[in-house]
Amino acid sequence: MVKKIDKDQARFRQIIRGKVKKNLRKYITQGELIGKKGKELVSIPVPQIRLPHFRYSIKKAGGVGQGKGEIGTPIGRGDDGQIPGAGDAPGQHILEVDVSLEELAEMLAEELELPNIEAKGKKNITSDKDKYTGISQVGPESLRHFKRTYKQALKRQLISGTYNPLDPVIIPVREDKRYRSWKVTSKPESNAVIIYMMDVSGSMGDEQKEIVRIESFWIDTWLNYQYKNIETRYIIHDAVAREVDKETFYHTRESGGTIISSAYKTADKMINEFYNPNEWNIYLFHFSDGDNWGEIDTDECVMLLKENLLPKINLFCYGQVESPYGSGQFIRDLEDFLLDEENIVLSEIPDKDGIYDSIKEFLGKGR
Amino acid sequence: MNLPKELEIQKEEIRGYAESYNLDFYETIFEMVEFDELNEVASYGGFPTRYPHWRFGMEYEELSKGYSYGLQKIYELVINNDPCYAYLMKCNNLVDQKLVMAHVYGHCDFFKNNLWFSHTNRKMMDQMANHGTRIRRYVEKYGEETVEDFIEVCLSLENLIDPHLPHIKRKADNGKVNGKQQEDSENGSPVRLKSQKSYMDSFINPAEFLEEQKQLSKKRELEKRKRIPEEPQRDILQFLLEYAPLERWQADILSIIRDEAYYFSPQGQTKIMNEGWATYWHSTIMTRKCLTDAELIDYADHHSGTLMTSTGRLNPYKLGVELFRDIEDRWNKGKFGKEYEECEDWQVKENWDKNLGLGQEKIFEVRKLYNDLMFIDAFLTPDFCRQHNLFVYEFNDRTDYYEISDRDFQIIKQKLLFSLTNFGQPSIYVENANYFNRAELYLKQKHEGVDLKMSEARDTLANLYKIWTRPVHLETIVDEVKTQLTFDGQEHSEIEID
Repeated sequence: MVKKIDKDQARFRQIIRGKVKKNLRKYITQGELIGKKGKELVSIPVPQIRLPHFRYSIKKAGGVGQGKGEIGTPIGRGDDGQIPGAGDAPGQHILEVDVSLEELAEMLAEELELPNIEAKGKKNITSDKDKYTGISQVGPESLRHFKRTYKQALKRQLISGTYNPLDPVIIPVREDKRYRSWKVTSKPESNAVIIYMMDVSGSMGDEQKEIVRIESFWIDTWLNYQYKNIETRYIIHDAVAREVDKETFYHTRESGGTIISSAYKTADKMINEFYNPNEWNIYLFHFSDGDNWGEIDTDECVMLLKENLLPKINLFCYGQVESPYGSGQFIRDLEDFLLDEENIVLSEIPDKDGIYDSIKEFLGKGR
Repeated sequence: MNLPKELEIQKEEIRGYAESYNLDFYETIFEMVEFDELNEVASYGGFPTRYPHWRFGMEYEELSKGYSYGLQKIYELVINNDPCYAYLMKCNNLVDQKLVMAHVYGHCDFFKNNLWFSHTNRKMMDQMANHGTRIRRYVEKYGEETVEDFIEVCLSLENLIDPHLPHIKRKADNGKVNGKQQEDSENGSPVRLKSQKSYMDSFINPAEFLEEQKQLSKKRELEKRKRIPEEPQRDILQFLLEYAPLERWQADILSIIRDEAYYFSPQGQTKIMNEGWATYWHSTIMTRKCLTDAELIDYADHHSGTLMTSTGRLNPYKLGVELFRDIEDRWNKGKFGKEYEECEDWQVKENWDKNLGLGQEKIFEVRKLYNDLMFIDAFLTPDFCRQHNLFVYEFNDRTDYYEISDRDFQIIKQKLLFSLTNFGQPSIYVENANYFNRAELYLKQKHEGVDLKMSEARDTLANLYKIWTRPVHLETIVDEVKTQLTFDGQEHSEIEID
């Protein structure tokens, strides 16, 4: 059945996908639905267009909230417009619901219209997938089935005669607890490795790194959803490159210059040593603010990419994060020299709002 | 109408309970709909027919995503109309439907009786449909893009109304002549100095003095007439309708947006009270009258979901219902008035009970006469803030986080009142439509301590230009400096003024 809303919805989608109305594209913001991953709250991006109004700057206004906590307890991040208290449209209750990474990835895919990746490599490796279909008497607390548990408790109290309708208090005991349970299904899968490289030279500030962190969270989520066995390696570089763990990757800040080729060489070495391209799907992500040490090194980068890296890997993504210090030249050089290469994606990320488009550019090709 | 038999019976029963508690409402029609139909209606603000626009599509997209991911679900939707319309989702279980019906009767009572709704159009359902027809006609005539663009411009200005306007009898309403005379006697007529004794009058107010005063006042009057608007005007949309060079269809669309903004305005002004009132009644009716043993768990689950708070989010349902209960309790026990306020022994205060039994009467009075701003101002108490863990948060530049900054009663109250004044929107007035004597538009923000969001202010100014078609200015304060923002059709500028 055709609904009245369909036309309005189609029009909205046209606008956010940039097919019409260029001027409105700039009002697109990330609205959010709140999901829970373990203890952490994750925001699931929903594109919204917020028309400009005369309104208060929320950062300057502050507000009133409810809950426990000392003075100084943080209650929400400072993205303007995304105040913790802002989400109360009439007649809706906003719930926070547990979501798995898999579900997050599905949402992301739907939001960004990401195609599934056509993996290469051995198809005879199988992976197991869990589907929550049944109820069981044992399980972790996070999977406890609230209603079944209380029903069971009520039954027990009725049978044992301890239920008092005048004081209808129901307290489940161990035996009453019911949990969701899952079934395992198998499907063939292949392996993949993601190598993240980041410029940590002086010109990459906290804001730039924040962008890299958010963006790589979503990239991880997506690739984890596509592959069963996934390895992640991290390389940081300024004038020299070295492999680090995840924690260090996101929290290092060096001063000094930038020689990008050092990172590419390290990645190449890593691939040759550990990841046979016939068996592994290889993804390289490199983030920098686009400042490199002279043309000679840029030439070397281009050569490394062309001859050593690109032939072995599925995808090379270069994300250039705008910073007040960088000249931003590197992306233009790559454009000039590598335009006709198939498995390279270049993306400029001006600010946090740019992350959304950038992920789409990176992963929208299904490689 | 299309309610299944079982629900029809429930509905009659619940209506009976509601009436027995003296709730008073227009006829209420419940419609059963599928989840996607409910999302559709909700996207249109509860109305089955609205004008076509992508923003409703955006709303729908978000609602349906939230629903299909299991993140949110609309339980109740009710329109202020005579008759009231409310929607029930087909796949909800019986106890949810009962709860929603009880909740809806609370809203319907509020719509009918609360003073701030007394001027709303009770045939808005028809009115909205008419708006839709008119705008569709313009789309056919002038093209989708053109009309859509113009609607966006209007929407960007939609909050520039005067929320008190429907309650003020303006001079114009009394008929021009009457109004003019009244004004003359106030400001325009010649000044006579006050003389104690009538025989001294000709000395104190000699003829030439009176003549001089008469000329002066005439001059003042003329100047005043030249000034448009005479007084700073807050209903900027109305002002634009009267003075901006709009084509007929444009003026019509602007008036539609303005109409709808005024219709929704009381809902914004009474959100906490309205939800609190409805929650009070659903919980009263359900727990005292119509909950069966088997339904208890589902009811408790749903009800606690409604009242759930998470740190930092003020839940209007929770705040509203708790305040109503607090008022009821205080008026039952006589915990109000001079004697109680001045008592300093907390133990005596705690056990204060004069058995007045005025609680019910009081909350009905409150639901009739107050809006959120007055509600908080009159009934928020230090005890209440403490019991319910209210706090104030501020943005911390250093950490880039919002942080709990205070738990002091006065500060909480002040902040809450601020966020409710003019529904947390800046108050902006038209000062002068002939600024520089060049027909430029000059607006002024009544600055109340918080700056505007500058990026949006500039874009909004640009939209205002599209309607006014001459340079537009806004006087505001930026980082404690009086500033004039200007958009001249080409570029934005910003100057300090003193």
